[in-house]
Amino acid sequence: MIFTETYTVVPRDYVIAGDASRKIKQILKKIGLDADVVRKASIAAYEAEINMVIHSYGGTITLEVGEGRIRMVCVDTGPGIEDIDKAMQEGYSTADEEAQAIGFGAGMGLPNIKFNSDEFNITSSKAGTTLEIIINLPD
Amino acid sequence: MKVKEIIEILNAEILCGNQDTDIEVNSACGADLMSDVLAFVKDACVLLTGQINQQVIITAEMMDVSCIVFVRGKRPNTDVCNLADEIGTVVLTTEMTMFEACGRLYASGLAPTKRVER
Repeated sequence: MIFTETYTVVPRDYVIAGDASRKIKQILKKIGLDADVVRKASIAAYEAEINMVIHSYGGTITLEVGEGRIRMVCVDTGPGIEDIDKAMQEGYSTADEEAQAIGFGAGMGLPNIKFNSDEFNITSSKAGTTLEIIINLPD
Repeated sequence: MKVKEIIEILNAEILCGNQDTDIEVNSACGADLMSDVLAFVKDACVLLTGQINQQVIITAEMMDVSCIVFVRGKRPNTDVCNLADEIGTVVLTTEMTMFEACGRLYASGLAPTKRVER
């Protein structure tokens, strides 16, 4: 493993929202990864972080770089996604007005994370949601 | 198109961030929904927006957007400007509306941003 680190995501705090993704992008750039890969990972991380800020009770994003891939595991402590199939549809959102006022909650988050991932896994219950995002590094 | 040409076309003012007006931008997009910017913008472009919160600056950082134009004369607070300084994105403001600012840049030959095909 080249690098591994866990970042905390605080719910409903729109001032520090994005801090984890910024650190992730800075590290990926510092490691010297391909610019397209860095961009895809940054978008996925930021969408996941904003989702956690808007919808969850808080959680963590763990970044792992190595073995030919970037792996990000986003874990929150609830309240869970009621209908994952709906949440994966572009345009479906349960975000509140506060999130929409700053330009989010358009229902593009999860579909966009999947779009930017080579592998995407999601599980959710009332106890929390876990996203696994894998982006392969070019040979 | 260089940032200095954008400044001239939009009669814009540099607010904060990178002061280098020789930076080249190849395309533009206009959006208030950062979700759409994250989902549909493919290349580094100039972002025109009516949003002035810090998530605009962070979105620009994630997407490698090198220039942001706030329309309708909007000005962000000091914290947002400090973040732009840190990230090094050029931040401009113009009195023009989104429609007029986009229209003038388009008429001057600036291309729409390449779109991510989904």
